[in-house]
Amino acid sequence: MTTVLLVAERDEKGEIGQSARQAITAANGLQDAQISVVFTGEAPDSANALPVGRVITISPIDSADNGIYDQSTADLMALVSSDSPDVVMFAKSDFGSVVGARLAFRIGAAFAPDCVEISSDADAGGAVGVTRPVYGGSALAEFEIASSPVIMTLRAGAFEASTDTGAPAIESFSSDRLPNRPVEVSESVAETREGVRLEDADFVVSGGRGLGGPEPFSILADLADVLGGAVGASRAACDAGWIDHSHQVGLTGKTVSPDVYIAVGISGASQHMAGCSSSRAIVAINKDGDSNIFKEARFGVVGDWEKVLPSFLATVRDLKA
Amino acid sequence: MTVRIVVLAKQVPDPETPPSQFKVDESTNRVIPPNGVPPVVNGFDLNAVEAALKLRDGGIDVEITLLSVGTEFVLDAMKKPLAMGSDRLVLVDEPGLDKLDSAGTVKVLAAAIEKDGPFDLILGGRQASDWDQAHVTLGLAEVLGLPLVSLVQKLELSGDSVQLQRAIPDGYQVVTAPIPSVLTISNEIGEPRYPNLRGIMQASRKQPEVFSLADIGLSLDDLAPKMELKRLYVPELNRQVELIEGEDEADAGRKLALRLREEKLI
Repeated sequence: MTTVLLVAERDEKGEIGQSARQAITAANGLQDAQISVVFTGEAPDSANALPVGRVITISPIDSADNGIYDQSTADLMALVSSDSPDVVMFAKSDFGSVVGARLAFRIGAAFAPDCVEISSDADAGGAVGVTRPVYGGSALAEFEIASSPVIMTLRAGAFEASTDTGAPAIESFSSDRLPNRPVEVSESVAETREGVRLEDADFVVSGGRGLGGPEPFSILADLADVLGGAVGASRAACDAGWIDHSHQVGLTGKTVSPDVYIAVGISGASQHMAGCSSSRAIVAINKDGDSNIFKEARFGVVGDWEKVLPSFLATVRDLKA
Repeated sequence: MTVRIVVLAKQVPDPETPPSQFKVDESTNRVIPPNGVPPVVNGFDLNAVEAALKLRDGGIDVEITLLSVGTEFVLDAMKKPLAMGSDRLVLVDEPGLDKLDSAGTVKVLAAAIEKDGPFDLILGGRQASDWDQAHVTLGLAEVLGLPLVSLVQKLELSGDSVQLQRAIPDGYQVVTAPIPSVLTISNEIGEPRYPNLRGIMQASRKQPEVFSLADIGLSLDDLAPKMELKRLYVPELNRQVELIEGEDEADAGRKLALRLREEKLI
């Protein structure tokens, strides 16, 4: 038996995030998994139908008195010591990366970030195997972890989201409130953003160095609008100041897994692919037929985007009309 | 009073190495260094050096120490942050230290910081471009028992605290942290500056201060990995791209849209 604590996050509407449903699929790949899903704060109503044994709520994330997830880290540490799970799973998000790492080092557990495959081996005494991309996705590394618990984060889109249903027991877990912590978050400033969130978009239209300047991003935005998607960019385009860093896709930017990822003037350096390789289909438009992006793309046009993109956009518009 | 800052820096294979030259020796689970492409300091660590230098630009008296753990250091590469304006380079250098997992690396860093400290700020890059152990600096904060703020995109120092902006997916948080604290620096802090000639000359004269494991009270036996690397390999990409052609490029664009519709992708 493998006991799993799965720390769930919510989407923008407060519903169960896709990452949590993907993690359920991942957890079910382990030997005889017994899954408990943890929510910070009150669980959404739909949690009553999750295909797991238990749903556990801990304190809400309240950045004003929580530092950088201090209370969540403390709650989860208390929960892990009372529950003794074999595996603790997080999404590879800001929350999961910070809390997962802090929890692991606080209790001296192994920490496996950004996993794309996991397994457990009954013959090896339940040792957990994980696979994670390294060197910006140029290589894959497989590890075996014999110590317990294993704390891990999962890459977005690496597992199919579970659509199963069930009837979990609902519990709440409370640990002591932390005294005032030294790190104080006084304000959260939202930077204005229009349209669909990049990480949630079904279509992403991304531009890179090959665009040559900031202006062409307006035609990318038009295409994203027609498709109901979002605009992304390579690090080169962001560093050049053509578009804000919040659009950056890649190792140091956002990880996206849309149905269709349209890469325009992007060479496909491994740092960039690390952020989009789990897209269902990559479509590349690039004038250099030898560029790496064509090795990962399903469809492509070798040509000048200035000539290809307007007719592509016009045709998509007609098809959508 | 001098503010003592330590910046964690890692030597990595140049991430700009073309994918065709990236090779792995599967018998040893090691990356084969590409011919003629020297290693570099992890680019995100240079962002952390830049953050420290920005404090100096603001008129604060800072001493910047670079700390790195590994073996077979290429000094020309490791001296780049010195040439940018850092003051000292401290290496924990011993065979075997390139095989540590993140838990082992954190132990060595913590022991070196205790030996060489105290420091007012401990800065790390947001992640490494090789093993993407974006959590080493976070783990170090836990092991040292110090406050932690991740993904800092702006910092100012006044009195005994630092005022920070922390990058979050849709904006930033305004954060105040005490001294000492551990910070990971995000690339939004700004491009690392290019070394000037004077900096390069000064760096060429500086020698690293080298610690062995024994110097900091550890041995390799204390650092056995929790995670055993079973296999490292370059994945086969079996995706075959379907190239769409037309009478001209505009026609190819039109046909691409029709093909995506045919596949029900749009």
